[in-house]
Amino acid sequence: MSIMNNLINGTDFDHKSLNALQKVTLRAVVMSFLFFGLVAIEGMIMRLVVTGDANPLPKMFSHPEHYFSIMTVHPIVGIFGSTYQLVFAAFMFLVPFLTKKPLYSIKLANAVWLLITIGTALAWLAAFFTAYAPLYTLYWPLPADTTQFSVIGGIVFIVGVALIMVGTLGFIYNIYATIFQRVGVHKDKTTKELLISGFGIDGMLNLWHKLTGKPPYSKEPALALPVVAIFRGTVDTFLDAIVILTAGILVLVYLVFDASGHPLSVAAVDALLYKNYFWWGLDLVADGLVLIYVAGSWYLLATLITGQKLFMENVARAALMLELLVSWMVWSHHLLADQGQPEMMKLISGEMVTAFELLTQGLALFITLVTLWKARPLKMTPALAYLLGGLVGFGLAVPAAIIQADMGMNRVLHNTQWIIFAHVHIALIVGLYMTLYSAVYVLWPIVTNNTTMFSKKLTWTHFWLYLIGGIGMGAFAGMSGLDGMLRRHLYVHGEFNTLMILAAICGTMVLVAWFLFLFNIVMSVGIKGLIGIFLPAEDKTASYGIEPETVAEDHKV
Amino acid sequence: MTFSSSLELLAFHRVVYTIYALMIISVVAWFAYNLTRKEKAKSIVRIPFYVYIAFLVAGGVGHHIFTYNAIPWVSQDITRHNITPDASYKFEVGKHKWINMPKHVTVQCGQTIEFDVRSHDLVYGFGLFRQDGTLVTQMQVNPGTDVNGILDSNDILWTFNHNGVFDVTSTEYSGPDAYDHETGEDLMKVKKWLTVVGCKEDGGKK
Repeated sequence: MSIMNNLINGTDFDHKSLNALQKVTLRAVVMSFLFFGLVAIEGMIMRLVVTGDANPLPKMFSHPEHYFSIMTVHPIVGIFGSTYQLVFAAFMFLVPFLTKKPLYSIKLANAVWLLITIGTALAWLAAFFTAYAPLYTLYWPLPADTTQFSVIGGIVFIVGVALIMVGTLGFIYNIYATIFQRVGVHKDKTTKELLISGFGIDGMLNLWHKLTGKPPYSKEPALALPVVAIFRGTVDTFLDAIVILTAGILVLVYLVFDASGHPLSVAAVDALLYKNYFWWGLDLVADGLVLIYVAGSWYLLATLITGQKLFMENVARAALMLELLVSWMVWSHHLLADQGQPEMMKLISGEMVTAFELLTQGLALFITLVTLWKARPLKMTPALAYLLGGLVGFGLAVPAAIIQADMGMNRVLHNTQWIIFAHVHIALIVGLYMTLYSAVYVLWPIVTNNTTMFSKKLTWTHFWLYLIGGIGMGAFAGMSGLDGMLRRHLYVHGEFNTLMILAAICGTMVLVAWFLFLFNIVMSVGIKGLIGIFLPAEDKTASYGIEPETVAEDHKV
Repeated sequence: MTFSSSLELLAFHRVVYTIYALMIISVVAWFAYNLTRKEKAKSIVRIPFYVYIAFLVAGGVGHHIFTYNAIPWVSQDITRHNITPDASYKFEVGKHKWINMPKHVTVQCGQTIEFDVRSHDLVYGFGLFRQDGTLVTQMQVNPGTDVNGILDSNDILWTFNHNGVFDVTSTEYSGPDAYDHETGEDLMKVKKWLTVVGCKEDGGKK
């Protein structure tokens, strides 16, 4: 088959054979990877700007308003436009798949990806055309500072973020409505039973009963462990959406009053209190839903790849509950450099409770590794390799953050490149995305009806370029933080050039890896197939009935 | 073990984290290799589950106990309101400019200095940097007033144990107006703002 034929028709992909659930999943996945490309290009622009005279880009990219508007939308596009879309798509497919029930609403699932896509695009356009640049932290009163930023730009940006959050609430509703539907295997379950299982209380009671010598509280929990992780992580997703939405409304009110010629006093809102509120919500993304969703994804992938039960399943269920509680109490580690923050909050929330994340994430890592180990020998498939890459990512990123969540270390690391690269970028690019790539390769035959992947060589090239590039960029740029390079600062003289050039080289590897991945996918589904994904599904089925065990067959040696 | 400056601490941190990073990558690589082998892998070391959990707990808690004892500015920061500084510098910041800031500050070795910075409008930062760009210390500078309209204080105590000449700039982003719109130069940077004298070459009073 010629390259051109592949490009147009794909390998053996038939979009007409897909049902409504498969199509809505793939639509969000396509948008997610397009946004990933955008975020990678933005990241590369910023990497190149800080190389100073070595920067080959036009001068305008080094202008502060341009540079910081890119820095503002970079996490919006990356976290919401790409990561949220991909995670939501995977979970809106997996919950019906694992519970063997239909998704509550395909229409709502379509609304979710559309709202997030439009919201992300609006926020990006606001920054691009009006240079609205308060950064994602939105530290009060900067987002309402109309002496520096356009009011219209601010309104469009906030409306964009609000649409993303409305889409997020749609996802949450769809997930819980699906879980609580009393059909199929849950026909005879009560809401109480599903709630107890969703919060992992049955796992805790099982452990307690085992310790006290009683028979198990529940031999077969109502919800599978990955669904429990989705259930639990979605609690944090909800709380986070409410916080971001209300902060957005606050900014919007100030901007609208300003536009009407009656500006409100920004001093009416306490900056430190706002920081506490905002970080409490924002941290539910980083330390809540990401860690919980990731743990759940590891458990799911490990069981699907090995075809065996998860090692220490009750402990895993209980640990997910612990992670949820921990995620509500750790936000003060972002405020260790705020001298007005009470010392006890710094000590308890910022240091001690935060340290628990080492325990919960370490436990998830251990359970996943042992589950894999007990099933060896396994064939090294892309899905398994990416899963191991994801484990490495979090193995590197979590301790990097725990080190900084300390009153001594924070004094010299706060707001430096250390936290954003050694922690955030490695956690997201390597830890989270490699986990998600693993899920993509596991779910690919299921969601595309066994479409042949265009090239295995491209898959493995993507893997190595992405792994080395992701870790390399995080390591080199993170080390520049130890040399004093600030994260939200513009450097125009190449002050940290050696490390920045090395980081830029590694960043280029990530960008090339993304392009190869995209090329491989497009050559597999073809442009016709790609367009077909967005056409209405002839088969309106909102569920998928393949037994999960069949996936394990691909990994047997 | 005690770190007398942030440079020593960061050098230690760089070495420890690099070793850790190489270790975790090697462990997973070894794991991946053995995962595919039909022969049973020989364990290098067998770690019981509860020892692993104890290690994680000890690592999380022990890290803070270690830094509390090894990094002098931790306890000083917590008890700073009970410490009388050798000198105090109070100034403000607003519209991306330092207000009433001394033109230059000279500190004798071993002196404990209080910096009290108050913001009129936005969130800024206050950071001291060595000439090679490495960070000495920093804090966030939040805006706000009390009921009498007096600006909220953001204060930090710092004891200087090494000679040096330090720049100051905002460590928090406060909008593009903090930079020259054409050249991108940091307009809040004050070069060679603070000088420490009287220390021995390897630190400490003469």
